[in-house]
Amino acid sequence: MLSPTQVAQPVSFSFDTESEAELTMLIARYPAGKQASAVIPGLYVVQNQMKRHTGSAWVPVKGMDVLAEKLGMAPIRVYEVATFYYMFNMAPIGKYHLQLCTTTPCWLRGSDEIVAACRVATGIKGWKETSADGMFTMTEVECVGACVNAPILQVDDDFYEDMNGERTTALLAALRRGETPKMGSTIGRQTSAPEGGPTTLLFAPEA
Amino acid sequence: MPKLTIDGIEVEVPAGSTILQAAEAAGIEIPRFCYHERLTVAGNCRMCLVEVEKTPPKPIASCAYPVGEGMVVHTDTTMVRNGRRGVMEFLLINHPLDCPICDQGGECDLQDQAMGFGSDHSRYAENKRAVKDKDLGPLVKTQMTRCIHCTRCIRFITEIAGVPELGATDRGEHMEVGTYVEKALSSELSANIIDLCPVGALTSKPYEFVARPWELSKVDSIDVLDAVGTNIRIDSRGPEVLRILPRLNEDVNEEWVGDKSRFALDGLKRRRLDRPWLKKDGKLTAVSWAEAFSAIADKVKGMSGDRIGAVAGDICDAESMLALKDLMASLGSANVDCRQDGARLDASRRDFYTFNTSIAGIEEADAVLLIGTNPRKEAPVLNARIRKAFVARGIPVGVIGSETDLTYRAQQLGNDPTVINALNDGSHPFADTLKNAKNPLFIIGQGALARPDGSAVLAAAWRLAGTMGALTPEWFGFNVLHTAAARVGGLDLGFVPGPNGKSVAQMLDGGVDVLWLLGADEIDTARIGANTFVVYQGHHGDAGAHRADVILPGAAYTEKSGTYVNTEGRVQRGFLAVYPPGDAREDWTIVRAFSQLMGKTLPYDNIDALRMRLEETNVVFSRIGFLPRFGCSDPAAPSGDPAALSDTPFTVAVENYYQTDVISRNSPTMAACSATTPALAAAAE
Repeated sequence: MLSPTQVAQPVSFSFDTESEAELTMLIARYPAGKQASAVIPGLYVVQNQMKRHTGSAWVPVKGMDVLAEKLGMAPIRVYEVATFYYMFNMAPIGKYHLQLCTTTPCWLRGSDEIVAACRVATGIKGWKETSADGMFTMTEVECVGACVNAPILQVDDDFYEDMNGERTTALLAALRRGETPKMGSTIGRQTSAPEGGPTTLLFAPEA
Repeated sequence: MPKLTIDGIEVEVPAGSTILQAAEAAGIEIPRFCYHERLTVAGNCRMCLVEVEKTPPKPIASCAYPVGEGMVVHTDTTMVRNGRRGVMEFLLINHPLDCPICDQGGECDLQDQAMGFGSDHSRYAENKRAVKDKDLGPLVKTQMTRCIHCTRCIRFITEIAGVPELGATDRGEHMEVGTYVEKALSSELSANIIDLCPVGALTSKPYEFVARPWELSKVDSIDVLDAVGTNIRIDSRGPEVLRILPRLNEDVNEEWVGDKSRFALDGLKRRRLDRPWLKKDGKLTAVSWAEAFSAIADKVKGMSGDRIGAVAGDICDAESMLALKDLMASLGSANVDCRQDGARLDASRRDFYTFNTSIAGIEEADAVLLIGTNPRKEAPVLNARIRKAFVARGIPVGVIGSETDLTYRAQQLGNDPTVINALNDGSHPFADTLKNAKNPLFIIGQGALARPDGSAVLAAAWRLAGTMGALTPEWFGFNVLHTAAARVGGLDLGFVPGPNGKSVAQMLDGGVDVLWLLGADEIDTARIGANTFVVYQGHHGDAGAHRADVILPGAAYTEKSGTYVNTEGRVQRGFLAVYPPGDAREDWTIVRAFSQLMGKTLPYDNIDALRMRLEETNVVFSRIGFLPRFGCSDPAAPSGDPAALSDTPFTVAVENYYQTDVISRNSPTMAACSATTPALAAAAE
């Protein structure tokens, strides 16, 4: 784990109007006095605000301190949560966060090919590293829960399913151009129905 | 109360107990790392596995499993042994084999239990994980690779110390215990995590590589660096005190000790007075005892008693104070005072100056009012009791004094004495809270008493306690919190100005020609007139010794058998752990020897005779360790006019917790602590 001093931390952090509105909504979901329950969504608010303001979605220490203050928690309790969940980036990342699932189902369906394609396209050698141009950060993640459409490449919050090497290269090129390709299955699969279309429930039974 | 059978022994324990507690009641020891009876149950080390009949056939963590009626528990079956052996093997996967260089060696739970449940070889050839050490300040040394993640330190700091700064960051194999953002722990009780740590991850920084536990001789004693009377054990080797650890006393300190009391001991080795000194031609010269004594005798002989006076300091034992008082009386002087800070304490009745509710009694309170005191700085162990009551029942706490973090939620009611009367006549909103409380608790600090209107504050606080129902035979909620370990003892044996006697202030301002300072260093020595002949009897070359004409080297609290009375009025006795350095002597013997020279030999030749005299002086000295708790039998108020309150804000009695007396002021460890405390460091600049 990176210690916070190994990262260039911003000297201050305060919630902008958008974040404030979001937090107010989040805190209202929980009974009075239990506002600490909003800490996980609250950390996303911090991370998203950093993305809006700096182009990099991560959680600085000052952000956690401000959130702790807001939720009436000890800062260390927020640090614990933030470092426990790997969805929160404790150091700046690239513009796009490539989260590659390499757990068994994705791996059996060819995740190695996607990893290789990402490495070629971005020049990133290891995990949790950012490309030289600052566009991409590659993270290896465990099962993202979309095994039916494996393999998965998650870019920020969006799933790109049924990937292969070729389509990965094309996706990254499109992202580089500033486009946002349509998320979901890249082979035209309808949700998680069988490849090529439904094989059961093809007609309604007669009454 | 459910009855259950553990290893064939039938026990009955309160409902809601755990199997581990029941086993303890049955006298069966269950190994554990994470469980601690004063902390919440974490259940994460899995060492306390047992087998329970008629449950799924698997080992059960006994620390987190509640007892049930008719339960049959086995703590020594094959399944249990295999389970514990497996847990131990897992714990040792990443634990380094560095016991020979580990300070915990010899008193390590993991070491001990590995003897019982460990294997003789390891099945793991993989590299052990390495964790970066954390910097937790000048007291706690970390070696985080040794950590087994029991989380006792995290729970202590969060629950008992009330300063949530430690946590477990990251997860799984990468989990680390620390502060995440590196900082020194800001709790005054922080070093207790050293005792709690079952392995060598948290050890004492000043004691690093100093000694092995089996080399030390251990002596029971009483801490004197605050007025709580914490029970301590002094570990020494040869002539040197090496460390101080808390002893269990449920009524006083439970099993905690403040950081100052634990670590100020390196001050015992610095700037010590180890031989008598005499000022000759304006310069202190080393002399013999005989020469020093005769210099004093020359001054005193023929002098009228009312021109002689004595002041006792904050860390004196009762024996030496009594001897000095008797000496003064034999010289015809009633000028004795043990209230260095000029606190307007009323010594006429014992309950006017003691902590009547008792420290354990704090837990029965259902509302607390702190008047001119910051218990976190003045008595951190006692503050932990208030916090305990707060955590258990969320009791309201009001503060009349400057705003500060007490580790629990406290309501700021104002900062001057007039608030007391506003509460008394009900015009302050907090009055209702106190009124509705069954057991309201009032704590008056020295910050409220050591001021010109101190006796008015005392009387007003007493009256308020009466109004709120805290002065009844059932509940005595009026308490004075002292900062000096010697204070209550001094008041008990009457070390206060007698008829026509002079107080500290009068003695300093030229009221006497010969002034005997018994470890009194917290007075303003600049006020002493140039022609006053000052005798300093004590163990450190501090403020008093600097002004002295004669220095008589005495013994520090670790070097003498002494009786101390804590703020509750509990009489406790400490024992000699090491001998005083050089020519220094136990203090009462110095006074006794001098009395002989004056031809007024004090009538005690040994400490037992002196203690008989103590008991004669005040019967409370016959009750060692035991404190009877009384209700309030007489609501008559202490002298002082409650209406004469000024509106000057209260000041704090203890500005810097780490440096309050000669020992802690001379301790490099305590100096390092105040340097790492941001507020204190800023004030020093």
